[in-house]
Amino acid sequence: MTPFTPFAALAGGVLIGLAAVLLMWLDGRIAGVSGIAGGLWFSVAGERAWRLLFVAGLILGAWGAAALGVPHPAPRSGFPPVLLVLAGLLVGYGTSLGSGCTSGHGVCGIARLSRRSFVATSVFLATAFVTTFVVRHVLQAVPG
Amino acid sequence: MSAAPSAASAPAIAPRGAARALAALLVGVVFGAGLAIAQMTDPRKVLNFLDLTGRWDASLLFVLGGAVAVAFVGYRVVLRRAKPLFDDAFHLPTSTAIDAALVCGAVLFGLGWGLAGYCPGPAIASLGLDNPETLWFLPALALGAFAQRWRARRASRAGS
Repeated sequence: MTPFTPFAALAGGVLIGLAAVLLMWLDGRIAGVSGIAGGLWFSVAGERAWRLLFVAGLILGAWGAAALGVPHPAPRSGFPPVLLVLAGLLVGYGTSLGSGCTSGHGVCGIARLSRRSFVATSVFLATAFVTTFVVRHVLQAVPG
Repeated sequence: MSAAPSAASAPAIAPRGAARALAALLVGVVFGAGLAIAQMTDPRKVLNFLDLTGRWDASLLFVLGGAVAVAFVGYRVVLRRAKPLFDDAFHLPTSTAIDAALVCGAVLFGLGWGLAGYCPGPAIASLGLDNPETLWFLPALALGAFAQRWRARRASRAGS
């Protein structure tokens, strides 16, 4: 059980939106994490530095927020590692095949009113709702 | 004083590439802080949003709503400009096809997201939060993305 935190959620969401606008204004790029990180390997020289620093910034930003006292709960424990690996493979392959994740399609694409992103976001949300239901309530594979 | 002319005549590419990279670092920091403040780095919170029939936590809806609202307005202002500050043109997706790759990719992503509660942004940002789960999730994430790109690249070479 996690408490409903609408104000923290909204504040964080506004910052994420602001980041998306800044990256478009400054660098002319979509702030899609899977696309940016995925391009670290398969992209031309000159396209790597900004991607690498964006990823470093993600880590630094979360670390800094926690260091400044933003509450963050203790890490989850007891979740089966094999499911973490399976989930990682699915998320990595899927976001690469579908050209985006929650940030690229869900935030940036929806904000651009992209039809592709509306479809992708609806599909991954619906699939995730069903998956969580099955894993938690049908298979009872993980603690709910 | 003598350094000024040589700096001015140096190719504009290098300093602009550096500006672009530094801007990306700043944006990454804002993004990562946003994820941590919204507690999207806690997979339990994400799964409790996805678990409609459990003890539903609607927080993620506010994260997405806030982010989309700001980006929607901000993009309208920014994209009216001729080009971004540190590049010659905006790099916007050009594909408009609703194809099998888009839908299948979204299904696979939804399966993984609903299973463990991590999407790529929060998973990477969690490296700054001392979360041991990232040691399992992130290498698998990289491997999955690498495998897809490698397959796509091989397929496009075979086709050409």
